[in-house]
Amino acid sequence: MTQTAFTRTEMLPPIAPPISERGVVKWLRENLFSSIPNIILTLAALFAVYWLVSLSLPWFLNGVWHAETVQQCRQIIAETAGPDASGACWAVIRVRWNQFLFGLYPVEEYWRPTLAFALMFVAIAPVLYSGLRKPCTIIVGIAAVLLSLALYGLGTDGWHGFVAVLCLAALTAVAWIAPKKLVWVTLVFPLLAFFLLWGGSVWGPVSVAIAFGILGLAFVKLASARGLLVASLAVALLFLCCFVNPIRLGESFLSNLVYLASFGTYDYVLHFDLRIGGYDLTELFPLHSALSGYLDAKLPIGLLYVRSDDFGGFLLAFVIGITAITASLPIGILLALGRQSDMPLVKSISVGFIEFFRGVPLITVLFSANFMLLYFLPPQTNFDLIVRVIIVVVIFASAYIAEVIRGGLAALPRGQYEAADALGLDYWQAQRLIIMPQALKISIPGIVSSFIGLFKDTTLVALVGLADPLTGVRKFVLADSAWKGIYWEPFIFVGAIFFVVCFSMSRYSMYLEQKLKTDHV
Amino acid sequence: MSVAMDAPKDGFRLSQLIYDTRYRSYTIQFFVMLLFIAFLIWVLNNTVANLAAKDKDISFGFLWSRAGYDIDQQLIPYTNDSTHLRALFVGLLNSLAVAVIASAFATILGVTVGILRLSKNWLVARLMTVYVEVFRNVPLLLWIIVAFVILGETRPGPKEFKVTDEMVAAGQAPVGEMWLWDSVAVTNRGTNLPAPLLDRPLGGFEVMGVPINFSTIAVILVIVGSVMANRALLRRAKAVQESTGVRPVTWWKSLLILFAPTLALLVAMGFHLEYPVLKGFNFQGGINLAHSFTAMVIALTLYSATYVAEAVRAGILAISKGQTEAAYALGMRPSWTMNLIILPQALRVIIPPMISQYLNITKNTTLGIAVSYLDLRGTLGGITLNQTGRELECMLLMMMIYLSLSLMISAILNAYNHSVRLKER
Repeated sequence: MTQTAFTRTEMLPPIAPPISERGVVKWLRENLFSSIPNIILTLAALFAVYWLVSLSLPWFLNGVWHAETVQQCRQIIAETAGPDASGACWAVIRVRWNQFLFGLYPVEEYWRPTLAFALMFVAIAPVLYSGLRKPCTIIVGIAAVLLSLALYGLGTDGWHGFVAVLCLAALTAVAWIAPKKLVWVTLVFPLLAFFLLWGGSVWGPVSVAIAFGILGLAFVKLASARGLLVASLAVALLFLCCFVNPIRLGESFLSNLVYLASFGTYDYVLHFDLRIGGYDLTELFPLHSALSGYLDAKLPIGLLYVRSDDFGGFLLAFVIGITAITASLPIGILLALGRQSDMPLVKSISVGFIEFFRGVPLITVLFSANFMLLYFLPPQTNFDLIVRVIIVVVIFASAYIAEVIRGGLAALPRGQYEAADALGLDYWQAQRLIIMPQALKISIPGIVSSFIGLFKDTTLVALVGLADPLTGVRKFVLADSAWKGIYWEPFIFVGAIFFVVCFSMSRYSMYLEQKLKTDHV
Repeated sequence: MSVAMDAPKDGFRLSQLIYDTRYRSYTIQFFVMLLFIAFLIWVLNNTVANLAAKDKDISFGFLWSRAGYDIDQQLIPYTNDSTHLRALFVGLLNSLAVAVIASAFATILGVTVGILRLSKNWLVARLMTVYVEVFRNVPLLLWIIVAFVILGETRPGPKEFKVTDEMVAAGQAPVGEMWLWDSVAVTNRGTNLPAPLLDRPLGGFEVMGVPINFSTIAVILVIVGSVMANRALLRRAKAVQESTGVRPVTWWKSLLILFAPTLALLVAMGFHLEYPVLKGFNFQGGINLAHSFTAMVIALTLYSATYVAEAVRAGILAISKGQTEAAYALGMRPSWTMNLIILPQALRVIIPPMISQYLNITKNTTLGIAVSYLDLRGTLGGITLNQTGRELECMLLMMMIYLSLSLMISAILNAYNHSVRLKER
């Protein structure tokens, strides 16, 4: 009998790959040490990281949070980490936290900007998530919880804190029951925020709201009955007749015409001054001021009036940034449409506007708000520096937004416009239903990066004398002899907050881009 | 069967101005024009009234009066006896100096970072991402002030650079150390660089207060001549390659043509460097740069380089992988693929955002106000404005200058876009 050859009945287990081809080693070989230039790069990068960390880490780790002066800080660091050790004195941030946040805003009124900030999330929730129940409720709920924590942290008195939190709790309930109704908060938010931030009589914002309500209603009714053009003309006329003093306006316009017709020979400037004297906003809007004055006399309700000079810190950056962002988008859309328009006059005005404001640096525009705006406005008009700054920042930002949106409009295929025409849609319907949704989607990255630029540019208002967090607040914090000799901590703190806000905006735009992506790639 | 309606009657009714799209645009434009003219009249009228109330007029005569203030950095001769107009030009040149130098550095740094961000090296790519995100998302103003504070507060004073005999004997090094073989000294007062000087300059003359230097002109002419000669050489080499198929070796000839004439000229004129030396309480000799200038350059470079880097990265990513594969399929080497296939296409995407970044850098030089750098805004829009009280004229002039700078850069951009535009049928 011959023995049969050996036959293996079961498979051998696979041998593990060599050490150089698996796990950490493989990853290191492939990603860090694949070739000689790569090895040099890796070593250089490691050295750079080591250098940065060895310089800054001890400084961060030795940081002191509880101290009253910078000398005390240094003493604690010397005691804990040795005499030569360097360390951060974060105590300046902790002690001056409120100034960094609110500037010189009155302490007992801190709940007002905080509530306005929380309401802002309620206002943008239905816009960001198009009235979906779950995300809206979550955002409003989180805003409510954070508001209560913030109010507690700021030491708000019980009564105001209770009202504010109750208000947010009610809104959370609204978000859960009828999320679409939150849009009303969005609509009244600008006036509400204005009232909360600046205070004064409640009747001013209320009568503005009534006026806008009447005009809006008239516009909607007329637009459905007689068309958009008639409606806009009629509403403009109504506005002039009811809310602006028509006699004053006509008189001024006529005298201007006379002045022009006489080629400047008719000495009318002096005349003007003698006859009318200074302009005043109350004189320009007589009905509005009469109404609010009457109501205020009958029923004086209001909050403590806060002067604009007291605004500062991140409160100022957010007020300017958010107002400019929300206002510049619609103006930018209109300008972009104007630039694409077939009407030569509208087009050239838009092009001139956009190119001018894109061509000059923001600082010169801000300085114009300071020096020149008062030349262009009626004599003796004097309004708040913050409002002036906001106006010029809005104008400036809308020129940039307009260019971004024009890019989106140009990227749309011609067929989309033709299809809208073929369906018999009129200009505004086509824009609203076909063109804008697509053009805005294309321009999201550009729009958001304009917004980021705008928010970063709010630091420039320090250069016209407002107390922004970077320069203004830092200056008056460091002017205190207790904190003399501190350099880095305020920079790091302010920089970190700007980084967080801007970085999350850019991430949100990426999320939005992904979500709205409908093409197949 | 449907019956065709009558064609609309001819003739014009007034309601067509509102309801007929053919005529409606005229109505709208009429009202827009009316509003626009009313607005202009209103603004003009207010300005005239305001000027009259302040007893002022509009006149640019102040530009020819004595300025009476000093500017610490000047590229053309200027004293406080010079006119406001001259101060304006000194400021404008200071703005442009920062803008040009920062643009050059930002391009070099940005291209490097953009390429490194695409590197296969995990650590380097991550580091570059962190750099780009950190510098992009924090305001430029912060970087300018931080750079200024670092230079002014952490550097030792000039007297700490002094090496005394006792220190030599004790083997101690001074606190402050000069860099690059004792040629560069960064003190808390300023940056001292070696200055290029000539023993036998060719002379020069002055036109309207602007010195014209023959030596500089000669060097520029020689450099331009060498570049043109080098191009002729390369053209010839290409012609030889196309007729015979063999490319003659040119690299050493190129090097010789490019550098030898300039070096010879410089040696002939006696070129040497003047090093800054510590004398008394500060460094003497060489070029002294104020910290405001250095801080502006550093901050603008680091900040703008992130935008350049993103443009470069986007440009390279925009070229589809198929292009590389096609080049390889044709048998091209990787270096040829990069030079002949990828770069020409990527540059079309990269250069427009890069040029608009240069425009941004130019506009951002106005932030020099934060570190008291006397640029155009500092002279014309700052001291001149405050001294003469002519806000309207100064602001208008300054805006017009910036506007024309921007329009010039945009014109270059448009010309470039036109020249690289895809030639389609």
